[in-house]
Amino acid sequence: MTGERPVHLTAIIGSFGGAVENLGAAHGIYAFAVPPEQIVEFCRFLKEHPALEFDFLSDICGVDHYPETPRFETVYHLYSLKNKWRVRIKCRLGEPPHVPTVTGVWRTANWHEREAWDMYGIRFEGHPDLRRIYMWEGFEGFPQRKDFPLRGYKDKLNPFGAEGPPPTQPDLATNDIPQGGR
Amino acid sequence: MTEVTELMRPEGEALNTKEVLLNLGPQHPSTHGVLRLVLQLDGEYVERVDPHIGYLHRGTEKLAESFTYTQIFPLTDRLDYLCPPSNNLAFALAVEKLLGIEAPIRAQYIRVMMAELARISGHLLITGALPMDLGAMTALLYAMREREMIMDLLEMITGARMHTSYCRVGGVREDLPDGVLPKIREFCEIFPNRIRDYERLIENNRVFLSRTQGVGVISATDAIDLGLSGPNLRASGVDWDIRRDEPYEIYDRLDFDVITREEGDCYSRWLCRVDEMRESIRLIEQCMEQMPEGPFQVDIPTIAFPVDKERVHCSMEALIQHFDLSAYGFDVPAGEVYSVIEAPKGELGFYIISDGSPKPFRMKVRAPSFVNLQALFGVTNARYLADMIAVLGSLDPVMAEVDK
Repeated sequence: MTGERPVHLTAIIGSFGGAVENLGAAHGIYAFAVPPEQIVEFCRFLKEHPALEFDFLSDICGVDHYPETPRFETVYHLYSLKNKWRVRIKCRLGEPPHVPTVTGVWRTANWHEREAWDMYGIRFEGHPDLRRIYMWEGFEGFPQRKDFPLRGYKDKLNPFGAEGPPPTQPDLATNDIPQGGR
Repeated sequence: MTEVTELMRPEGEALNTKEVLLNLGPQHPSTHGVLRLVLQLDGEYVERVDPHIGYLHRGTEKLAESFTYTQIFPLTDRLDYLCPPSNNLAFALAVEKLLGIEAPIRAQYIRVMMAELARISGHLLITGALPMDLGAMTALLYAMREREMIMDLLEMITGARMHTSYCRVGGVREDLPDGVLPKIREFCEIFPNRIRDYERLIENNRVFLSRTQGVGVISATDAIDLGLSGPNLRASGVDWDIRRDEPYEIYDRLDFDVITREEGDCYSRWLCRVDEMRESIRLIEQCMEQMPEGPFQVDIPTIAFPVDKERVHCSMEALIQHFDLSAYGFDVPAGEVYSVIEAPKGELGFYIISDGSPKPFRMKVRAPSFVNLQALFGVTNARYLADMIAVLGSLDPVMAEVDK
């Protein structure tokens, strides 16, 4: 960790000009918040800026801040192989949660985004193959949401599940999920 | 070849070709676990591959939200079950960063030594399993013999062969038992010659060479784009090792080389792992040499169990502390951390959001195998079906980690 790094980093990212908010550093990683509509542009800026070169996408994950609103958030962790820097980008999403895909910037985003869709129901617009990845086709609900019971809902295959109505996902019906595979 | 077919075909009749969809798995010896690949075949060529995962999905991340930090250690064991000490270490480091504490130096040496033993054990399996996928059974039998030696060492140290759960937040569960260091030294003496044996088994194996050399080439740009890490990335010529570039624990005190190769094919991925085992032996030897005496866990009553178990029986405070830690856990300051280590498979990251309670608000595991498996898209276009087995084997996915 060099002394000049943070100043350098925040100065350059400040030059992006969009509605980027500096959230400060936590445990050695600087975090920035960016509105969903600017995420692709911002990622491309970070990847292609000659002084930054955040060329490695480590991770994308969804977070559910239930019962807070706005409820959902996507978090991106980037790494620069040249500079050995890490950065975190956060994106608070509206309801129903949707955000443009960054698969056009890094191909590795594909599965990370499918996982976030599967677990949290965050829709990634423009994703080439947005299917469930862990749960089976036809599974209802998004299991990692905070209001989804740990043991699932009771049905004939799951006698130990929580009592209650089967989960209704109003946003699910309107989603046109691209049917990849077969 | 085409000309012959043209000649043999009756005049005016179209050649009857059709694309075949083939299910490989979920139960298949060469998929290294429960992985189902839906392959679109054009004759022997693979046109498209669609991995279906999730057969082992246990919801580790969801479960973790209802477990205390100490209870999560056994869950991390079950991610990459070939090398649990690495997973334990990655998780412990993340929580320690949130707490703002560091394990005592001796504990750090022990953990690094364990992680390197785990790396050898993980790499040994792929050293043997890749040749086995391609028909050379012998190497696996030899590799398993040596892996058993590591299992014995792990059992001696932790009491368990596989799911060790040896790390704790702020140290390790207990000190090294007497007499284990000479055993490890013995292993370090024997093992380099055994590595030579594997190489000799493979180096002159024409079938293995022709099925791996130049097969499944991933360029450095593609590898970075696909998010590959660990030996898979280094085999494509990218010189990146978290142990050196973002040193954690005591790696900055140790001397080791980062193994890279330029070719990016299946063979170089295999070789990279073989050479990394040599480096791991060097690291283990240095750890044993430099390991100081001292405590094996932090002496912070709110985080760690009393070091002296006897105190629990005769001191009320120690009893309360013990009960409190077991039943309630310990509060972790609110905040978030993304902490990475160089696991045998690549970058293993834990992203933890804490809300100040003894259970994580959100825990995300950045599992290297999950990301590495995606590289199947990048390399298998219009290659033979048989090549795909080699590519899959050489990427070394562990399905338990892919499915979390």
